[in-house]
Amino acid sequence: MAKDLDADVVMGGATPLALPIDDEAEKELRRGERRLEAGLGGTKKRLTSRWATIAAIVIAALWTLPTFGLFISSFRPRELIQTTGWWTVFENWGWTVDNYATALQTGNSQLNMAGAFVNSIAITIPATIIPISIALLAAYAFAWMNFRGKNILFIFVFALQIVPIQMALIPLLQLFSQGTIFGAPVIEGLGAAGYAQVWIAHTIFALPLAIFLLHNFVSEIPHEVIEAARVDGAGHGQIFFRLILPLTMPAIASVAIFQFLWVWNDLLVALIFADGNVAPITKLLAEMTGSRGQDWHLLTAGAFIAIIVPLVVFLLLQRFFVRGLLAGSTKG
Amino acid sequence: MSAFFQWLSTLSPWLEIPIIIGLFLVVVALILFFVEIAPRKGTVYTVIRLIVCVAAPALLLWLLQSWQLAIIGAALVGLLIFLLDLRAKEGAGSLFVLLAFLAPALLMLTVGLIIPAIQTTGQAFMNRNSSDFVGLDNFVWIFTQPQGIRVVVNTIVWVIVTPIVSTIAGLAYAYFIDKTRGEKYYKILVFLPMAISFVGASIIWRFMYTSRPPGQNQIGFLNQVIVWFGGQPVNFLAADPWNTLFLIIVLIWVQTGFAMVVLSAAIKGVPTEQIEAAMLDGTNGWQRFRNVIVPGIRPSLIVVLTTISIASLKVFDIVRTMTAGANNTSVIANEMYTQMRSFEAGRSAAFAVVLFVLVLPIVIYNAVQLKKQREVR
Repeated sequence: MAKDLDADVVMGGATPLALPIDDEAEKELRRGERRLEAGLGGTKKRLTSRWATIAAIVIAALWTLPTFGLFISSFRPRELIQTTGWWTVFENWGWTVDNYATALQTGNSQLNMAGAFVNSIAITIPATIIPISIALLAAYAFAWMNFRGKNILFIFVFALQIVPIQMALIPLLQLFSQGTIFGAPVIEGLGAAGYAQVWIAHTIFALPLAIFLLHNFVSEIPHEVIEAARVDGAGHGQIFFRLILPLTMPAIASVAIFQFLWVWNDLLVALIFADGNVAPITKLLAEMTGSRGQDWHLLTAGAFIAIIVPLVVFLLLQRFFVRGLLAGSTKG
Repeated sequence: MSAFFQWLSTLSPWLEIPIIIGLFLVVVALILFFVEIAPRKGTVYTVIRLIVCVAAPALLLWLLQSWQLAIIGAALVGLLIFLLDLRAKEGAGSLFVLLAFLAPALLMLTVGLIIPAIQTTGQAFMNRNSSDFVGLDNFVWIFTQPQGIRVVVNTIVWVIVTPIVSTIAGLAYAYFIDKTRGEKYYKILVFLPMAISFVGASIIWRFMYTSRPPGQNQIGFLNQVIVWFGGQPVNFLAADPWNTLFLIIVLIWVQTGFAMVVLSAAIKGVPTEQIEAAMLDGTNGWQRFRNVIVPGIRPSLIVVLTTISIASLKVFDIVRTMTAGANNTSVIANEMYTQMRSFEAGRSAAFAVVLFVLVLPIVIYNAVQLKKQREVR
């Protein structure tokens, strides 16, 4: 079977996108991934020299420095952040957690950062579970049911994921607020009904990618397993619930992590569909950068509050994360 | 439905999460239940199928507080599906099952992506409140005023610079750390920015870029480096035309980790025999890299480049948070949002269409690739 490599593409830093590559490369990536997971670290002879190691250390340091500086600064008192660089922290000694306390209370007239943090959680969890369930249903149909036009429909869904979501934003907003499609009334507008708009918008935008990735995993299950269940009299409902769901759980987890990170880190969808007191933390933070761009004691602490959740998720579930990124290459 | 959401939004978020997920899972369970029993033979099951076919779409639209005509229409469509299903080739119930699996996703995609995309395309040829047809005026506007041209040029610079630099940096790093002790930790350090939101990354880099007047202590690290070398502090984000490059650095910082992880897996997949053969031939590290590794991982390189190109084309969050497009740093996605905020629906849609046209070749290329692969199977 051919396989596709998933990469990150939609809006956030960490969403895989699947682009087809040839069979040769597919085998290569799978081999590489196996070695990666087997942890063949220092056992093989190294290819590169001492200079390469030094270069690697320099790159690693360069990449870490910006985050490190922000982290140090977020614990320094306001006056020190504004007048001295974080690299002089030993000469200008002083630590505090006040920045975090202040940042959590800062915000606009409707919402402070603590509230926005809760909003982020309330938006992200349903917006991860709902699209993945719907996508898994569709992925099952694409993988294990036969119908006319299946290939074309699947390719069409695949192509949708590369279409910029900008194409859909304004009309979708009109549909939510007025309930019209092409000016014709179809449903009653949702109005400003809490998180509903963001949930639905994220669900829709996540579907093409999720269907594609999950299809890769679902179709990986051996044919004999499904056949055996059919012979035993299981219908599609049972096969889905008793076989597909448990067997693809690790794969579902890796797709779910991407969806979680994407929704949590998203700004564009939030700007358009989450107004007022349901805004997530990214939106509030972006707003603060505009209005209080020089209040570094707030911005450093605020940024850390916003990135701590994805960082923890990433560090704890790194294995799944890498597998999700290479999702296509794990598929047989 | 809107009343339900209205009520839901009055609850505490901690209650909302379990309620919405619980309700959703009940619906999924119901779907699976009907899928399981629907294809069975017997009058009882036929009646159940009939009821579900007619009732499900009607109920859905009723919940959405739709117009009565729409509800009746939905029920009729359901009836039609039921009749088609009765005569389906694979036996009664097979179409029912197929639709139960596919319909939720396809409906949402149609209503939420396909129809809106068509509408946006239409709006691009209309005036600011979509009341009059104006032909190509919006596009002419984009490509004739200097600001609009600058936006397109900036986007092109993003798309050229980001993929090339991130891929080279990621490839070099992946090769340098290949098989070193602690490779895993090296990887985490460079990969970590991918977990950070673009908003977070923008704040991190704004802090790197901050400048204070000459003579005062610098608090932005980069300006401090300049001062250490005896230069004058620079206001990076206002330094047109270089500021676009400074914004691009942020995306490179994020995307290098992605390139590195994929390419690292590809490098490890290059057959050991090839590398050993090259070693026996007395090649040095650079020659092996140039003549064995790079050709070996070419397809992965192309995928990484394409992927990052699409990401750079759609870049929005970074520009929005860093400069909001000030000082000639705007890109298409940002301008699309700006025009929308100033109620220029036509121009906003035109920018979205330009973005779409730019990704179109990539979409087509990949769809063709996928089609080939599926035909091989």
